[in-house]
Amino acid sequence: MGLPPDDVVVAALRTGDEAMFVTLLDTWSRGMLRLARSYVSTNDSAEEVVQDTWLAVIGAIDGFEGRSSVKTWVYRILINTAKKRQLRESRTVPWSSAFERDGEQGLDGSRFHDADSPSPGQWKQFPAAWPAPEGEILASEARIQIAAALAELPVRQRAVITLRDVEGCTSEEVCEILDISQSNQRVLLHRARTAVRGRLEDYFDTVRRSA
Amino acid sequence: MKRFSCEVLVDVVTAYLDHELAEPDRDRFEDHLRACEGCARYVGQFRATVGALGELPPQETLSAPTRHRLLAAFRASRRTRS
Repeated sequence: MGLPPDDVVVAALRTGDEAMFVTLLDTWSRGMLRLARSYVSTNDSAEEVVQDTWLAVIGAIDGFEGRSSVKTWVYRILINTAKKRQLRESRTVPWSSAFERDGEQGLDGSRFHDADSPSPGQWKQFPAAWPAPEGEILASEARIQIAAALAELPVRQRAVITLRDVEGCTSEEVCEILDISQSNQRVLLHRARTAVRGRLEDYFDTVRRSA
Repeated sequence: MKRFSCEVLVDVVTAYLDHELAEPDRDRFEDHLRACEGCARYVGQFRATVGALGELPPQETLSAPTRHRLLAAFRASRRTRS
């Protein structure tokens, strides 16, 4: 958004155009920090990952071949840097969190009638309506719930939903950045969204009961 | 024509929103939504969740020292090159 085309960006960086470097730094670093945080356990580590990524970008810009967009290239370097860092961290954190499962499979099947019931696969009970969706979901407490839900997701789900829904990347960009297939991307995204919606549902249930 | 069950529908919401359901499935999905209050509500909440994710307040950016360090590194790398 607001950035010139890639060939202009690359040429400017190669000739040492500081204003262009600062523009990229200020446009992408927030999103990069958020994504890095999916892989490492502290904000400080995430900042180091982003710093090391930019250092690598500075060192490699002369060799950039334009086989992907500049943004995708930078984000791929970020993912590699973050994964290495994560590997180093995982030696010092408990096994349980190092060997993370890929999380629940979508919505809890017990919310639907069994195959041998008269209405198999239908809702036992409809999901409860949410209060005035737009306003309430954007309220600060709901945002805290969303942030907490993101933080609890398995790494790959968190990376996909962060890129797609928080940062607004296309599915093609996400596949390229994370080096995953389109169908894999969709499954991870769907599970992640289902988990976040579930968190909001639990939250609104609690609010309703205490009202 | 075979209909989706609610249980199946909730599994393909992301595929539907990404326009990745093939035509007959897309129609069945929409027919189901028109006829089923529970699923219509669920999909509405799913969309609202996706929307809210896109409206999260921006993350803090890099600290000033890190930003300065990177600018200095950029400057230095271009100097040694030319």
